Amino acid sequence: MHPILKLVAQRVALGCLLLFAASVLIFAGTTILPGDVAQQILGQAATPENLANLRAELGLNDPPLTRYFSWLGGVMQGDLGTALTNGRDIAESLGDRLSNTLFLAFWAALISVPLAIFLGLLAVRYKDRWPDKLISGVTLTTISIPEFMIGYILIYWISIRFGWFSSVAIINDSMSLGQKLNAIAIPVMVLTLVVLAHMMRMTRAAILNVMQSAYIETAELKGMPMLKIIRKHAFPNAIAPIVNVVMINLAYLVVGVVVVEVVFAYPGMGQYLVDHVAKRDIPVVQACGLIFAAVYIGLNLVADIVSILANPRLRHPK
Amino acid sequence: MNDQLKYYSDRVTKGLMTRREFVGRAAALGVTAAVANSMLATAAKAAGPVKGGTIRMGIQGGESTNSLDPALAASAVPTVNLRNFGDCLVNVAPDGSIENRLAESIEASADAKTWNFKIRKGVEFHNGKSLTPDDVMRTMERHSNEDATSGALGIMQGIESMAVDGDNFQVTLSTPNADLPYLLADYHLQIQPDGGFDDPASGIGTGAYMIEVDEPGVRHLFKKNPNYWDDSIGHADEIEVLALNDTTARTAALQSGQVHIIDRVEPKIAQLLDRAPNVNVKSVSGPGHYVFIMHCNTAPFDNADLRMALKLAINREEMVDKILRGYGTTGNDFPINKAYPLFDDTIPQRTYDAALAAEHYKKSGHDGSPIILQVADGAFPGAVDAAALFQQSAQAAGIPLEIKREPNDGYWSEIWNVQPFCASYWSGRPVQDQMYSTAYLSTADWNDTRFFNDEFDALLNSAKAELDNTKRKEIYSQMANILRDEGGLICPMFNDSVEGVASNVGGWIEDPNLTIMNCMAGIKCWLDA
Repeated sequence: MHPILKLVAQRVALGCLLLFAASVLIFAGTTILPGDVAQQILGQAATPENLANLRAELGLNDPPLTRYFSWLGGVMQGDLGTALTNGRDIAESLGDRLSNTLFLAFWAALISVPLAIFLGLLAVRYKDRWPDKLISGVTLTTISIPEFMIGYILIYWISIRFGWFSSVAIINDSMSLGQKLNAIAIPVMVLTLVVLAHMMRMTRAAILNVMQSAYIETAELKGMPMLKIIRKHAFPNAIAPIVNVVMINLAYLVVGVVVVEVVFAYPGMGQYLVDHVAKRDIPVVQACGLIFAAVYIGLNLVADIVSILANPRLRHPK
Repeated sequence: MNDQLKYYSDRVTKGLMTRREFVGRAAALGVTAAVANSMLATAAKAAGPVKGGTIRMGIQGGESTNSLDPALAASAVPTVNLRNFGDCLVNVAPDGSIENRLAESIEASADAKTWNFKIRKGVEFHNGKSLTPDDVMRTMERHSNEDATSGALGIMQGIESMAVDGDNFQVTLSTPNADLPYLLADYHLQIQPDGGFDDPASGIGTGAYMIEVDEPGVRHLFKKNPNYWDDSIGHADEIEVLALNDTTARTAALQSGQVHIIDRVEPKIAQLLDRAPNVNVKSVSGPGHYVFIMHCNTAPFDNADLRMALKLAINREEMVDKILRGYGTTGNDFPINKAYPLFDDTIPQRTYDAALAAEHYKKSGHDGSPIILQVADGAFPGAVDAAALFQQSAQAAGIPLEIKREPNDGYWSEIWNVQPFCASYWSGRPVQDQMYSTAYLSTADWNDTRFFNDEFDALLNSAKAELDNTKRKEIYSQMANILRDEGGLICPMFNDSVEGVASNVGGWIEDPNLTIMNCMAGIKCWLDA
């Protein structure tokens, strides 16, 4: 078997095991939080009677182990169950939210990844001169400001003062692609500003590291133009660390953007998960947890495979 | 000059003169353009509701866990949704009286134990089924039977039996209650086909709007119900309710014109927002109040002198100034204010008195160890700051308070109604009886101050059966005094509801019951063309 296929098979098997472990942890964690779903639904309107009735209706009187295994049994058969709080089919509501999250992450990645790598290359080209310092300064500033703050500043200027884009990023199926893009324009800007610095700095560092090598010096002595050296000789050899950091940031764009979702009222997975954690709706929290874990595991796998493919020594082992 | 201007503005409203022409003529009469424009707006409003358009509301308190089941509504967005698609038997009108909705008329027996609601005819549910008194009875059953999971279960407990007689729905109570219609005006009690037993979350009601899109925690879209029985409400073609839980997002959406109405404007930005163009801030004082509650049966709060010391050690004016920024009034340690019918305004206002507080504290014989006050941001807006102010003013009276900050998450299940001294809020009730029965009767489920007072209970029961308002007012006044002096409630302030409304919204009225016009802003307002 080809070593890469073997690696993928191993990783997928390990991933399944990790997902199982994650589901146990999430279940245990949500169970030990104070209060249960019945109490959270009724809130200040709870009386002993309606609490008891709701608990019986939701099956909360079964022991936790029974509930966990009946959930696991369902998942094995591809049934994520229904939400305890509003009785909706989880797969269906989650599907909508997940596609929204991926929509936002896709556009943010489409802009931020090429931009970050380009700025990284540019910074190497003009190392220690003003463009390098400007790029580093600006991106480090935007990553250091909390993302909700960047969001508020952009809303104030772009949406309220100039009226260019919408401040509420609620999207739905009846909107055209143009309307959707208008709605998510400011969140995409915020996310881009937040993830730019990490990828840009890593690109810069990885390429500078390679630039110390003797073969770069040779290329320089041959009289090759600087940008061409970077593109043809330095970048391919620096690709492994860059891909790793890009994947971490892509994972962040999928699973870590709850603050941005709240600021722009974006109907993504983060807000959906937080609402259900607050209500102790365990089946939904489990389902979201599994998806988030799968995203991390999957993107890490991609990063590893790309690193191997980029390295001839790993690609053709003896 | 005024007659002349009025004549012109009428002509504009009737479409006989253009706006530009009007401003020009007004200028000729020596009136600035700004004044002329505002005169036009007033004239347009006086001309009556404008039909059509989509009213968009940005509301705090919508979660992806929400359901359209009326029994489970607990936050603002689900409540607004219920008002849009459903009707109650009766509503509480802005002036505190009872307005008949699906009940056409109400009769009570002389002892206030048997009630007869004549059900309106010719009303259709959204699925085409006609409303019958059976639907009403089944609805009430679903909220009160022994399997009920309804948030309204607590207020339905006094019902002994229910029956249908021809066009009438009859209720017999186990104890007399002159305020029964106010209880049945609770927003959970939307009438559903067959009481909602088949499909509680179907969103089918008799209301002015029909649900089109239901995305919990995101948005809800409603379309006008063409067969609605009451022409006086439901002016817009559509209502869109957006769940905007973040305060800044809500404010920005209003300022950038993406929504027309928002709730819960933070007092500290209210004045700034009011100055923004095309936006008005509306505030209305109501029965909602912020409280610190002590369990009267738990040491050290079982000591009447200690309770009094703490009540005297809180600076109410300062709280209204700094926490509410003036959008509210001082409380007087009982849960009633002038928003309630039969309120006795002669009861003296308790004020901050460090010396007297110190005296009571000494008399209580407390050992001087810190008294722990549990508080979370979610207890009420500004709760942590209010607790810090309380700590300062108590310190000046020599009373050591220690603030223990709790997470918002789980606060209502782990701290409130469990721990002996914590911060909380009440949104108030339409009548005094309901407020007292909900939280201060010895047997109440939500007796969150653990107040057990036989005299108080007896007075409350006698007031329930009393149909003479002068006598009832007197009884309520006695009860207020008992609670004020002996209860475990420290009520420093009644908060106004502060809302933001775009200037093209017509029909806005002050309604003290629930926020945004008793959650009926969508169905009652219109958009000026």
